[in-house]
Amino acid sequence: MSIGWYLAISALVFCIGAGGVLTRRNPLVILLCLELMLNAANLALVAFSRMHGNGDGQIFAIIVMVVAACEVTVGLGVIVAMFRRRLPIDVDELRALQG
Amino acid sequence: MDVVLFFIAGIGAIAGAIGVVALRNPFYSVLSLVAHLFALAVLFLLLLAQFVAAAQIVVYAGAVMVLYVFVVAYIGGQDQPVRPQAGGRLTALAILAAACLFAVLIIATLGSGLSAIDSEGARLGEGFGQPGAIGELLLTRFLLPFEVASFLLLVAAVGAVVLARRRGGAGAGEGLTVAELFRAPDGVGSMREALGRPTGTNAPADAPAGPREGLPTPSGVSTEDRA
Amino acid sequence: MRYIVTSVKTFAWICLLAPLAGCVLNALLYRVARGRAAGVIGTLFLFVSFAAAIAAFFSLQDLGAEERHVRAIAWDLANTVGVDAQLGLLVDPLSVFMALVVSGVSALIHLYSVAYMDSDRGYSRFFSYLNFFVFSMLLLVLAGNFLLLIVGWAFVGAASYLLISFWYRRETATKAGIKAFVINVLGDVGLVLGTFFIFRHTGSLDFLNTFGQAGEVFSRNDGDLVAGLVLLLLGAFAKSAQVPLHTWLPDAMEGPTPVSALIHAATMVTAGVYLIARMWPLFELAPAAAAVGAIIGTVTLFIAATIALTQTDLKRVIAYSTMSQIGYMVLAVSSGAYVAGLFHLMTHALFKALLFMAAGSVIAAMAGVQNLDRMGGFRRAMPFTFGCFVVGGLALAGVPPFSGFFSKDEILAYVAAREDWHVVLAVVGYVAAFLTAVYTFRMIFRAFLGEPVEEARELEAGHLHHVDVHTNPVSGEVEDTDVGFPGADHHIAEREMPMKVAMALLAVGAAVAGFLQIPDVTEVVHDFLEPTFAGSVYFEDLHPSGGLTALGLIVGTVLALGGIALAHLIWVRRPGTAERIRERMVPLYRLSLNKWYFDELIDLVVVRPARHLGGVAQSVVERVIIDGGVTGGASGAVRAGSAAVRAVQTGFLRYYVALIVIGLVVVAAYFLLQS
Repeated sequence: MSIGWYLAISALVFCIGAGGVLTRRNPLVILLCLELMLNAANLALVAFSRMHGNGDGQIFAIIVMVVAACEVTVGLGVIVAMFRRRLPIDVDELRALQG
Repeated sequence: MDVVLFFIAGIGAIAGAIGVVALRNPFYSVLSLVAHLFALAVLFLLLLAQFVAAAQIVVYAGAVMVLYVFVVAYIGGQDQPVRPQAGGRLTALAILAAACLFAVLIIATLGSGLSAIDSEGARLGEGFGQPGAIGELLLTRFLLPFEVASFLLLVAAVGAVVLARRRGGAGAGEGLTVAELFRAPDGVGSMREALGRPTGTNAPADAPAGPREGLPTPSGVSTEDRA
Repeated sequence: MRYIVTSVKTFAWICLLAPLAGCVLNALLYRVARGRAAGVIGTLFLFVSFAAAIAAFFSLQDLGAEERHVRAIAWDLANTVGVDAQLGLLVDPLSVFMALVVSGVSALIHLYSVAYMDSDRGYSRFFSYLNFFVFSMLLLVLAGNFLLLIVGWAFVGAASYLLISFWYRRETATKAGIKAFVINVLGDVGLVLGTFFIFRHTGSLDFLNTFGQAGEVFSRNDGDLVAGLVLLLLGAFAKSAQVPLHTWLPDAMEGPTPVSALIHAATMVTAGVYLIARMWPLFELAPAAAAVGAIIGTVTLFIAATIALTQTDLKRVIAYSTMSQIGYMVLAVSSGAYVAGLFHLMTHALFKALLFMAAGSVIAAMAGVQNLDRMGGFRRAMPFTFGCFVVGGLALAGVPPFSGFFSKDEILAYVAAREDWHVVLAVVGYVAAFLTAVYTFRMIFRAFLGEPVEEARELEAGHLHHVDVHTNPVSGEVEDTDVGFPGADHHIAEREMPMKVAMALLAVGAAVAGFLQIPDVTEVVHDFLEPTFAGSVYFEDLHPSGGLTALGLIVGTVLALGGIALAHLIWVRRPGTAERIRERMVPLYRLSLNKWYFDELIDLVVVRPARHLGGVAQSVVERVIIDGGVTGGASGAVRAGSAAVRAVQTGFLRYYVALIVIGLVVVAAYFLLQS
């Protein structure tokens, strides 16, 4: 398969992830969709690495995975803290900017 | 053979992605993401990035997703009904935005006139995608990003601990001092204490008997003693 | 020589500013002035002004004939692109003549008012206003450029308003004041527009400059000039109460009698005559405009004379006679008989002021009632007033050797000497002279002869009639005697020395002033005014022949005596004749009694459409277009815009993220399309 196919899948998954971020109200699921987007980026990186024939893209992808892990950690910590304080787990409740 | 595998993995990835977005129960979303990650690993293998595929399965699907499972189990098990006041228009707008983004990306990547995209890829050297090659790159060309990434992991870990620390009750706790951080816990440092439930055998600095006001009672969470 | 010019200027300024000083002083001291102090102050300043006018007169005569136009300029008001507006007076024979008449008669009226207005709660205010009026009138006649003329014109209108509505709690008085002011403002508009029409061509506001250039800048009967002069005439007619802008004058009798004497007999109403005389170079270049003036003057003098025949309010009869006499003056100065017209202005000021003063005395004896039907037989009770009335009446009717005879007949003789269609105007003037004699003596005979009425009998017994409940003489509303209404006491000439002195002086003047200008014998006024009118075609050449003059004098005398005889017949010898005539000529009687329906006509043509237009403007234009469209539309547009923008601030996090994504897409698309 040519590289273009991989890029198409990457774009599709990225946009599905973006749609999910914009649509879901549960912050956990939003984080999951963010993971989708990151993974799509990873796929694109690895595809380009294959295209160029060097390993730079793969290194980048590994670093992205590390960053994703950190981000998930902290994000989930925030959500747990919110939960502990009995704040509603719903991003639509953050409406202080309305008007 | 490649093509068949590619299509299976591709469809799996896309289905997993859709599942993450569309499934109502967060738990099912997590599982869907796991499936997606596995499909993605297969795609990586097809691209001859063996180490990355392995790392994907071990780190991502193995560690990060398990973490997710924990938190979802702890917190958010409800189905989320769509509230009408927020719902229809925003959803339509979101889908529109995503579609536009997809169109732009496709045009940018596939329509860019880059001829290499239509090929199978460059001629590869020996050991492309092998752990050895990755390790060599990490320790020579990309040493700095490697070290910074590990530092980032450290910071994230500290941050998670700080965030998840139990303060006193529902309100904001007193400021956390460094001395407090290093103080030995009064009891044995069990989970039970952390949750503020009476442990019976421990020091009086324990949480007072009985469930406290600020103690949340999340539904769907198992309250079994993990001490 | 230079020092004479300086003294002329100084006296002119003193003459102008003394009344202003009196006004301000009375205004500032109104709380502390006791008794008649305010009156004394006002009169004193007026006498100073008159003395200064006399001094200016003498100083002016010391100058050679060619130099007798002195410009006294205080400072430049505006000296920008082509506009030369200065605070400057022009002292020449015409303005000194007018200043003498104005300040002299005003001084005597002030003297009269010192006693007449005593017991009115607004005494200080009265004298302050009266001084301000004299200042404005002097500013008008002494002005050396169009700008100051307009300023003086406007001030005079304002002073007239203040004085007509002096008893401001009387609704009839305030309405009359507003009517006068509105019509005067119409005239002001005409004056300003006319000035502009003339200024456009001459480029100068100064009188001497304008008159000097007039010959080169304007051709004969130039369209712009005629239009400008007709507009000036509009102003003159409004101020001088000529048809059709005359309806304010009878109503202006709501003011106190001294006001009627001063403003509506001697001074303000003569402003129009002065204007036409002053602008003689322009009028001689535009005979069409002069013709308009002459015709309107004639029409007015006739209509007013017919109306005065049937009026029953004493002061209104005298008001209509004023209107008629001013018509004579306008006719004169529009036809080139400048000296005659101005001389008549002077004599008219004397005898009309006298008549008003005497009328004030009679009305005081009647405790405020002005209705002729209720008066009668005051001859024995008020001999002095009767004597003054008779002297004034003889002068008005034009009986020799009183002053009115010489001045009025001179006018008619000069107008007839024009020998074109002006002869018709002269004939009408003679007819009206006959009517003048009739209505004047109708007034005198009805008020003084016949059976004494109750008030007269009371007065003969030595007791001045007094009412307990004061009422408005016209509408009968009940009033009190506090500020804003007439005072409690009434003063008659027989009992008050100031009134007697003033009236006596005026009576002497009315009797003998005619001898100043006997045709071809003593031409004092003519010689005095010559420097001003030097260069005028009519001044030099228009002169009735000896035969015409003699014929005019004889015809005038015959008509005057005949009129008096007719009045005597109808109202004294055969009482009841008046009613019989009235029954036989009902339509004519009604036409005269209703003032030729001018008020109704103006109401129909002007007032009602204006009111309707105002209603439309308020309901449609104001409410719909302006409130709804302009302010509503503008604010509505802003409100709609902000509402649209506000819709973006939903507060939802996801919405903002979506907007970010869309923004990102747009930017990326832009760059894609670019490449």
